[in-house]
Amino acid sequence: MNQSEIKVTPQLAAEHGLTSDEYARIQKILGRDPNFTELGIFSVSWSEHCSYKSSRVHLRRLPTRGKHVVQGPGENAGVVDIGDGLVAVFKIESHNHPSFVEPFQGAATGVGGILRDIFTMGARPIAVLDSLRFGEITGNGTSSQNRRILDGVVRGIAHYGNCFGVPTVGGEVVFESCYSNNPLVNALALGIARRDELFFARAQGTGNPVIYAGAKTGRDGIHGASLLASAEFSEESEQKRPNVQVGDPFMEKLLLEACLEAMRTGAVVAIQDMGAAGLTSSSCEMASRGGVGIEMDLGRIPQRESNMTAYEMMLSESQERMLLVAQRGREREVFAVFEKWGLDAVEVGVVTDDGMLRLLHHGKVAAEIPAHALAEEGPRYERPVAAPPSAKGSQKLAVFAAPGKDLSEYFRRLLRSPTIASKNWITEQYDSMVRTNTRFGPGAGDAAVLRLKESHRALAIKTDGNGRWGALAPREAAMHAVAEAARNVACTGARPVAATNCLNFGNPEKPEVMWQFTQAIDGISEACRALETPITGGNVSFYNETLGKPIFPTPVLGVLGIIENADCALGSAFQHQGDAVVLLDAGRAPSSPDDRQKEFSSSEYAKIIQGIAAGTPPAVDLDAEKRLIDCLVDLANEKVILSAHDVSDGGLATTLAESCFASDGLCAQIALLADAPSEPAEYALFGERGARAVISASPALLARVNSIAAQYNVRVSQVGVVTRGELRIEYEGRALVYGPIASFRDAWADSLKKAVEAES
Amino acid sequence: MKFGVVVFPGSNCDDDAHHAIGAVIGQPVDFIWHQSESVSGLDAILLPGGFSYGDYLRTGAIAKFSPVMRSVEKFARSGGLVLGVCNGFQILVESGLLPGALMRNKRLRFLCRQVQVRVENNDTPFTGAARKGEILQLPIAHGEGNYFCDPATLSELERNRQVVFRYVHADGRDAGENDFQANPNGSLAAIAGVSNREGNVVGLMPHPERAVEAGLGSVDGRVILRSMVEYLSRDRAAERVSA
Repeated sequence: MNQSEIKVTPQLAAEHGLTSDEYARIQKILGRDPNFTELGIFSVSWSEHCSYKSSRVHLRRLPTRGKHVVQGPGENAGVVDIGDGLVAVFKIESHNHPSFVEPFQGAATGVGGILRDIFTMGARPIAVLDSLRFGEITGNGTSSQNRRILDGVVRGIAHYGNCFGVPTVGGEVVFESCYSNNPLVNALALGIARRDELFFARAQGTGNPVIYAGAKTGRDGIHGASLLASAEFSEESEQKRPNVQVGDPFMEKLLLEACLEAMRTGAVVAIQDMGAAGLTSSSCEMASRGGVGIEMDLGRIPQRESNMTAYEMMLSESQERMLLVAQRGREREVFAVFEKWGLDAVEVGVVTDDGMLRLLHHGKVAAEIPAHALAEEGPRYERPVAAPPSAKGSQKLAVFAAPGKDLSEYFRRLLRSPTIASKNWITEQYDSMVRTNTRFGPGAGDAAVLRLKESHRALAIKTDGNGRWGALAPREAAMHAVAEAARNVACTGARPVAATNCLNFGNPEKPEVMWQFTQAIDGISEACRALETPITGGNVSFYNETLGKPIFPTPVLGVLGIIENADCALGSAFQHQGDAVVLLDAGRAPSSPDDRQKEFSSSEYAKIIQGIAAGTPPAVDLDAEKRLIDCLVDLANEKVILSAHDVSDGGLATTLAESCFASDGLCAQIALLADAPSEPAEYALFGERGARAVISASPALLARVNSIAAQYNVRVSQVGVVTRGELRIEYEGRALVYGPIASFRDAWADSLKKAVEAES
Repeated sequence: MKFGVVVFPGSNCDDDAHHAIGAVIGQPVDFIWHQSESVSGLDAILLPGGFSYGDYLRTGAIAKFSPVMRSVEKFARSGGLVLGVCNGFQILVESGLLPGALMRNKRLRFLCRQVQVRVENNDTPFTGAARKGEILQLPIAHGEGNYFCDPATLSELERNRQVVFRYVHADGRDAGENDFQANPNGSLAAIAGVSNREGNVVGLMPHPERAVEAGLGSVDGRVILRSMVEYLSRDRAAERVSA
């Protein structure tokens, strides 16, 4: 049947996910009923994924300005000035739903999509990080399915990034049962450009040609990202596999080189990649931002399949495609570049002055919509917000072991748990070194560090986010995510300058999910203001629910930092035998035993050893975090310390062990004292209070460490010394964790590999 | 003296090789586009790593048909120095400029890590500056680096000292074929790199161009590039004397 003849009814609109109010709004904008193609265009543009209709009113609260920010939210990616005429372009985005439906292609195209956002702006991608959440991969239940998803996602990320030629340098991988049927795949990409060579997606110049470049348009991915990500999962989700796009990283590599080369000709006016909602969003956003119209003849669109309708072409989410506006008269220069790289580039339309997105097909007008209204006048919802009933009074909390108990075996169990264990099995599958800028790659530093060949500076970047804390207290969890990412960046010696966020939540139509979301926005806003890391972009992912069960609210923060002198960059590994091991503490331990117990109950240790996830996250002290960050940056710049590693998941004992594992066979002898009278040993060793870091330094420079730390009111305690042979942690004079370093390293090093390869 | 780095569609270590030769070793270097039919004026050609032609069909299988490869073959047959790294090695093997084949890693996963290789023959233009038996730490990053050839070819390779680099343990111990800690892809006889009979064409899976700057993990790759420079300078000097 000819689709243009399909009669549009309110029912059909409802089947496209449009409410009756939204449909009425469309009728008002057009002054008539939409035709079938127009209905499709509105439905994807106004989907939750593309329009941010539930989140937009709240996102306005985020701080987005700062002295380094060149471009905040609203473009393809955020842009930050990093000196020497250079800018860093970066953004994080989710690809959660596609990665559950088809883990390999879902994750691969997630990486592909975020890379295009970076090079669309004229920047060459230099690094990718992935923030991943999976269900538990050990034990009964869904663990075999979760292993399969993990394996597919890791292979997909590797496939795309390795072939494209961008190093995958870090991120985090966390396991919680709530992600079983809804894994999170958040990909962050970072690129570099010259500040005066940035490109924006603003169509300009009536009569300028609109050029389509890259892969041909097929029927794949129709209603892919836009609708998959805008509804909950049900038992029928398996049937959505055909809606997941298929990626071709080789094509994307050619597209990257061709786009950057075409931009250098000076003939390109504007450029926008075709991501979610493909040709629809790229054309209408470019027109809307430029305050112009675009008219395209769909018959000219390079097509992979025959007889595609206007509806299918406008909604296709085929990958590796770009839409450009060139200067009239210079389009040959652009075509020549794409031809050199063996890519299609075709003039498909022109820029007009009437503000309309007008599509011609077979000589008729197939759609005619005011571009600005389509892009900017979509629905905005102030969805109802309601705090969930406060947790039941009889919440079971973690208990502390009797004083003096040997904790060595508990510690090995903690190190063996997939969230804490080495991620080497995963990160070895990623090319983390291509482009030869990776100063500190996976596991080598608290953040990934990339030197810049064009500058003496280096960049550090890290993602963080604790979903379990999100479930217990979303506002505090969001603040911790900012603080931890910034602290990690500072541990490498970088000053945190900007952030990007990926907000993973359940169904926004549920008031308690919306409450979690608004709490998280408030937390991020407060923390980003305090730590001077404005949000430059990101993505909201709602409807992370399967069969009505939402994930833990999981705001993931990516923080970017600048190291003024690349030679000052620090890793987390201890360097030499005999160096002093020093704890920097800018905060304060809770004095009440109740608070201590509640905080401890939310720790990774409580989850792994006692099976408890309760209480509240540690109190956030942003002033302390800021002082610690400034102190760490100063210590690195002054070259007085040799390593730095923050205290986070798994507590101080885990931090110490990781600095040993990262080193060349070193270990440590540690003697800790109680912060407060009768503070339990497990709290001291495994508590996850923030604003702390473990550094190592030559004993000769300890006085300098002390004097610098004093300027920031950061407490310094030498807790031990770097040794060889045995890891030994004493608390109040009693050895509680001890044994050959290999016995701890083995527990940590191989458990992930063993878990995944056990049955595959 | 001039180096050339070939750029195939999908090459992604071309910039890194250019940087290592130009900015780090300080030698003149040009990119050579895959459709170029001439390599005149060059003294050494490097085929870089990456995924030429998207690894479609088989790694290196399509690249061997690109116009530039005809010139590279002629250049190699006339004694020019050709170094293939990773995908470049795969292309040399597919083109028949080097013996053997590179199969998928035995454990079927892409692997990126530092490995140790031993210089088995320091009497080549690519290893002259190294000590015989010297152990180099170099990074690998590949999914198909499992070297294989038939027994007759293997014994010929060994007899002619064409095995230039071999994976070994950090302490220098030999690595078996299933000794994945040291021989990451399960290569036959732990072969990491081979030369042609004449010794002017060498391919290896590890990336020397990623190991030339302190701070990026290792500087052991320099010795390979330096060997080439020294060989070519000697070659030049010899030409001048004989002229």
